[in-house]
Amino acid sequence: MERRTIKREALDGNEAAARMAYAASEVIAIYPITPSSPMGELADAWAAEGKPNLWGSVPSVIEMQSEGGAAGALHGALSTGALATTFTASQGLLLMIPNMYKIAGELTPAVFHVAARSVACQALSIFGDHSDVMAVRQTGFALLASSSVQEAMDLAAVAHAATLRTRIPFLHFFDGFRTSHEVLKIETVPEEVLKALLDHEAIRAHRSRGLTPERPTLRGTAQNPDVFFQARESVNPFYLAAPAAVQEVMDRFAEATGRAYRLFDYSGHPQAESVVVMMGSGVGAATEAVEALVASGQKVGLLTVRLYRPFAVSAFISALPQSVRSIAVLDRTKEPGAPCEPLHLDVVAALDEASADGSWGGARPRIIGGRYGLSSKEFTPAMAASVFAELGKDRPKNHFTAGIVDDVTGSSLSWDRTFTTELPETTRAVFYGLGSDGTVGANKNSIKIIAEETDLFAQGYFVYDSRKAGSTTVSHLRFGPAPIRSTYLIESADFVACHQESFLTTLDLLKVARPGGVFLLNTTAAPERVWDTLPVEMQKAMIEKKIRFYSIDAGAVAEKAGLGRRINTVMQTCFFAISGLIPRDLAVEAIKDTIRKTYGAKSDRIVAMNCAAVDGALPAFYEVPVPARVTATRTLRPPVPKTAPDFVQRVTGRIIAGEGDLLPVSALPVDGTWPTSTAKWEKRNIALEVPVWDEAWCIQCNKCALVCPHAAIRAKAYPTEALHGAPAGFKALEWKGHEFPAGTKYTIQVAPEDCTGCALCVEVCPAKNKTETRLKAINMIPHPEVVEREARNFEFFLALPEADRAAVPANVKGSQLLEPLFEFSGACAGCGETPYVKLLSQLFGDRLLVANATGCSSIYGGNLPTTPWSSDRNGRGPAWSNSLFEDNAEFGLGFRLSLDAQRRRAEQLLHALADRLGDGIATDLIGQETTDEAGISRRRDRVAILRKRLAKIDDPEARELDQLADALVRKSVWIVGGDGWAYDIGYGGLDHVLASGRDVNVLVLDTEVYSNTGGQASKATPRAAVAKFASAGKPTPRKDLALLAMSYGNVYVARVAMGGSDAHTVKAFLEAEDFPGPSIIIAYSHCIAHGYNMQQGMQQQKLAVQTGYWPLLRWDPRRAETGENPLQLDSRAPQMPLQEYAYRETRYRMLTLSRPEEAKRLMTLAQHDVDEKWRRLEQMASSPGPPPGAGPPGGSPKQGVAPPSAPAAATTGGGRNGS
Amino acid sequence: MDLRTRYLGLTLTSPLVPSASPLSEKIENLRRMEDAGAGAVVLHSLFEEQIEQESQTLLHYLDAGTESNAESLSWLPMPSEQRFGVDEYLEHVRRAKQALGIPVIASLNGATPGWWVKTAGRVQQAGADAIELNLYHVAADPETTSADVEERLLEIVREFRSATTLPMAVKIGPYFSALASFARELTLAGTDGLVLFNRFFQPDIDLEALETRSNVQLSTPNEMRVRLRWIAILRGRIQASLAATGGVHDWEDAAKLLLAGADVVMLCSALLRLGIPYLGEVKDGLSRWLSERDYESVEQMKGSMSQLACQNPTAFERASYIKAITGYHLAV
Repeated sequence: MERRTIKREALDGNEAAARMAYAASEVIAIYPITPSSPMGELADAWAAEGKPNLWGSVPSVIEMQSEGGAAGALHGALSTGALATTFTASQGLLLMIPNMYKIAGELTPAVFHVAARSVACQALSIFGDHSDVMAVRQTGFALLASSSVQEAMDLAAVAHAATLRTRIPFLHFFDGFRTSHEVLKIETVPEEVLKALLDHEAIRAHRSRGLTPERPTLRGTAQNPDVFFQARESVNPFYLAAPAAVQEVMDRFAEATGRAYRLFDYSGHPQAESVVVMMGSGVGAATEAVEALVASGQKVGLLTVRLYRPFAVSAFISALPQSVRSIAVLDRTKEPGAPCEPLHLDVVAALDEASADGSWGGARPRIIGGRYGLSSKEFTPAMAASVFAELGKDRPKNHFTAGIVDDVTGSSLSWDRTFTTELPETTRAVFYGLGSDGTVGANKNSIKIIAEETDLFAQGYFVYDSRKAGSTTVSHLRFGPAPIRSTYLIESADFVACHQESFLTTLDLLKVARPGGVFLLNTTAAPERVWDTLPVEMQKAMIEKKIRFYSIDAGAVAEKAGLGRRINTVMQTCFFAISGLIPRDLAVEAIKDTIRKTYGAKSDRIVAMNCAAVDGALPAFYEVPVPARVTATRTLRPPVPKTAPDFVQRVTGRIIAGEGDLLPVSALPVDGTWPTSTAKWEKRNIALEVPVWDEAWCIQCNKCALVCPHAAIRAKAYPTEALHGAPAGFKALEWKGHEFPAGTKYTIQVAPEDCTGCALCVEVCPAKNKTETRLKAINMIPHPEVVEREARNFEFFLALPEADRAAVPANVKGSQLLEPLFEFSGACAGCGETPYVKLLSQLFGDRLLVANATGCSSIYGGNLPTTPWSSDRNGRGPAWSNSLFEDNAEFGLGFRLSLDAQRRRAEQLLHALADRLGDGIATDLIGQETTDEAGISRRRDRVAILRKRLAKIDDPEARELDQLADALVRKSVWIVGGDGWAYDIGYGGLDHVLASGRDVNVLVLDTEVYSNTGGQASKATPRAAVAKFASAGKPTPRKDLALLAMSYGNVYVARVAMGGSDAHTVKAFLEAEDFPGPSIIIAYSHCIAHGYNMQQGMQQQKLAVQTGYWPLLRWDPRRAETGENPLQLDSRAPQMPLQEYAYRETRYRMLTLSRPEEAKRLMTLAQHDVDEKWRRLEQMASSPGPPPGAGPPGGSPKQGVAPPSAPAAATTGGGRNGS
Repeated sequence: MDLRTRYLGLTLTSPLVPSASPLSEKIENLRRMEDAGAGAVVLHSLFEEQIEQESQTLLHYLDAGTESNAESLSWLPMPSEQRFGVDEYLEHVRRAKQALGIPVIASLNGATPGWWVKTAGRVQQAGADAIELNLYHVAADPETTSADVEERLLEIVREFRSATTLPMAVKIGPYFSALASFARELTLAGTDGLVLFNRFFQPDIDLEALETRSNVQLSTPNEMRVRLRWIAILRGRIQASLAATGGVHDWEDAAKLLLAGADVVMLCSALLRLGIPYLGEVKDGLSRWLSERDYESVEQMKGSMSQLACQNPTAFERASYIKAITGYHLAV
């Protein structure tokens, strides 16, 4: 093949692979899962803009309901002769396994591109390792491993060519995040090279094997014992021939590009005695270690596995130096209970075979194996060196771990943290920023500038914390004259930038700075005061490491340029100006060029503002003289206060402090069980402004507390005497109402250190200041002005007594007097989901079990380091767990089945012990109970008495009943998840659970997209809106889950929108819980993925209801028993056109700009959807009596346990205080 | 009846021109306007501030919350192509030109000088026959003088003139201290015509929500009078075409404005209220009146009752009740 001109670009691994996949495919079936989602997003976006593949046609890109669905669709497309691909990771790949066997079994060319990721076990992790790909090595797919961004593109091309040549489907994988998200300057593969690589005869053959009635064949038969085995063996020649075919493709690729690959690539000393075998991104770090060790005279080497399956023993043996005496095989996966990890086992088997058949001429080397890098755990050259050091020992440790401290089974190797292989000519820069300040985006731009404007190589890797609001980002950038292979975080930086001065209180920013490096600080402090703002630790480091210190008030420059708080351009300019990577004038021009390219077509003003920021930055930064001695008295704030529980101090606190890597194995729970009530210990102080109560105008509606997504605004009604000892300035009013004794006080209190500053509360406050109408009864005030005072007030507030739950009225106002047991989550500021979750915790929290589908709610609910789920003063609170994305309904149903079984057994024991317990307590506790708070409270009292009496009975049955007694108090099972789960991947299970008739409650937090993975379309995505995977606008209407659920007749269904009617929402929650069968609440949840100011979220919800887009309704099967229509339409007929609501959101508006005609067409259809839906609902609601299908509560016979409360008209009002 | 008129150097078949309104957003409506007897059409306004705001808003929300979380590096697909209003408008101009035989006047409402210049060239390329510049400014800043305001507007006209050879009209509001002088300055700056007058959004207060509201309301017939005054005053005093817009509701209004000196009479609220075919009724009424009075053409009657040509020129300068009464006594 002819050599082509070299083109270098800065790309990440996902884009590198996706470009090849898209060009070589006709059908692309996709489903979002981190970290592979960007590959699907790119394919969808390219198809939407009509980008052709190699043959000039636009591939069909289709999102399916799950990865299982994607694999199925792909199987069908392949079976009928299409060239097809998909992208996935982790659990998604596992869902594809059944079809993978089929696709491989039928010898079908196909390529799956996998951004390899941990499979959830004791916990979910979105980060990279090989546990997913190792779980499919038995399917018959070829497994091809890329270890860098360059290889992700190159081997993607090889995979598409090789699958056609071999007829074996290929799984091409690279490490999630470390490769998929690393931005690297690479040589891109021209499409003509890819096209030339593909065997056109093989394509023709594949097409000709496609099913067609023109040449009918039968595939997918069932075979019997007589032939199945032989047929299974018939594929052997293909697998035997495959390695050579892959090598041939690699050779042709090398001819065209100059980049040569082998099935097993060896590097290092030609007479190496110690060799490490591994695959994936760790190869980069290991290569550096090998080069350094060889340079120091050691005989070491590295064998990189590229084609892992079929495992070509002969190629492996030929690649291995005959001099090798000992081998360490590194696996990035864990197979508990196995004699060794998979790659280790393969190497042992290969050498054993080769030794036996004589193809390995030397002495059989000693082989040890170890694990490293699970869930993107850092793997550095120092760790690789520790493996070589171990190999050099007389009795090296087998089954070791590298990169952690295992103080339980002692598996870990220690490593020399001073060992480094960083090249002196490489510039290394680390930037600390906030998600909202554009730091990462600017750094990605900088990489592109360097990549395009200079001969330098560039690399960027970005680390984010797991919070969605106020998250910290750390950017690691390398620039240098040689290609960059350092697949690990920077440990010694030439340049460290802090883009937010708030980090100076918590982060030790200079730990990463090298001696003589540069530190750039963005600060509002005056130049002469800047030094004084640093904590002791940083002043000390600066003096000891002789760091040059620069500073700028980037906020002021940005503000002056009209950019508000977007400081990214200013800081980017400073980086170039100070680092001197490229001449300053060239850098300035390059930055401005990028600005023009990015915004030129869209907004002259934005171009002008950004260019002004560039020009403004240059004269604004200055060097700060570093004094000879430390003058600060302030040290970094500890991550959690000393009053926090021991576990929080020892474990949670260190994770918060960014020291989780240092925790030894013994510090961590063995089974993934963690304490709740931990978010409160982490005071994040991320709001720039916080709300403050102006009691003079308050009407005590509690709406501010209701909508607060973070439980950072609380309401309490309490006795006057509790005010004793209140801090000065603590505010209280007389309680307006008759629910509590006269003299009851009332306070609204903000938690200023936990608030995210979203201002939803201010927006919904209906009370206006009568002398200045821009003010309300709660107003945003700059955080620094009030934090100290309000934090003190909040502390006092927390200690005030909680209201008697039984006395609290069952309405919006009352609900907010109940303690939230979901507080201070890391959800986005202004999140539309969490107010519902918090409400759930208030209404039923002390007897609540939550089965939570994977998604936003599982991340803000259960991503370490802390959880917002908490408990009350009695130690009671929600018990929470996440199983998978797809099985949540079934998981929650399991809770119910278990609770019912425990209760049955408890009742059985009560019967057995009734005589000995006396006083009719057994009779009291068996059978029906009320669902209101007073009833629950009485029940708990009876259980307490029961326990006392049981303590006096010396009988194993008494002990057993003591353990099970809590099951006698009604538990509330809630199955919570987003629309991606409920409408798509989990719908089959949800459908079955609703049909089961069991007493479970489902809460669908409907954001109309897959929010957690970044806004991909689900079947809840509305027509005319744009979402990822629907970049051309969703052409079909959203699925009506409420209508589907109503069709059962015996399921309680509510569609709510808190901003549309908060009273309706509270009522629906109470009714759903009270309903003795399955209930489902579909809750409109505004989301950042809709593209508008979240402060307007509740107002937008109101418009959704007013336009008829989101009709509020309740379907209560109990009404059918009294001859009433079960359906109640709770909102008015549409009062304005849909677009009054829709065009306030970017997701709708952007289509009017990119495809105005299509936008108009879809909006007309969407309006029709609204009109038609309303007409149908109105018809259903207005018909007299129950419509056909409406049945009594429960749909299946209860198995042995009486329903907790009899369905009765008296309870239909939702009165949780009804008896 | 010869209804032809000269406006901005163009010969129109009729002096009745639908002014910029949402009606002209649809090509089908433009065709109906031509069928009903429009002499030209003014397309709906392209608002720079709206486009700028739209693009800034879009870019803001495409960017908001991105690169914050490892799983969701962005929230919306990044559009490869965004037209941001101008392109869509230019396409509309092209389609209008293809669909109509009468002149198509594009309407631009800018806020920054550079934008005018850039956009003028593109509108010309798209095929517009003329451009109407919609200039207005609510001078709320106590630091800004009337001279500052006028100079800023004149500068825009000058820049615009230098950027395009297209006929150009300037649409202004009535709130100038010395309107006649400013009108003259505008012609010296290069405008070919004046469109009198703009109507503005006016604020209101919602008593229920205690919030401000702002919207535009349809004009009422008595708004025509202020146009009548200024057209009559300016006719013959400045070298520019004159268009009357605002408050024209029937053929009588149109006839009066033409008599006062308008070259064209623009309609908007009447068409929004009564439909596009109503334009035909106005045309018929005007023709009838002209015929009944034995006029030969519109050109003949245009300006025949301007301040310079009418019997009682002071009438156009009367400004207060007292003066009117006084005049009455003196006349007696």
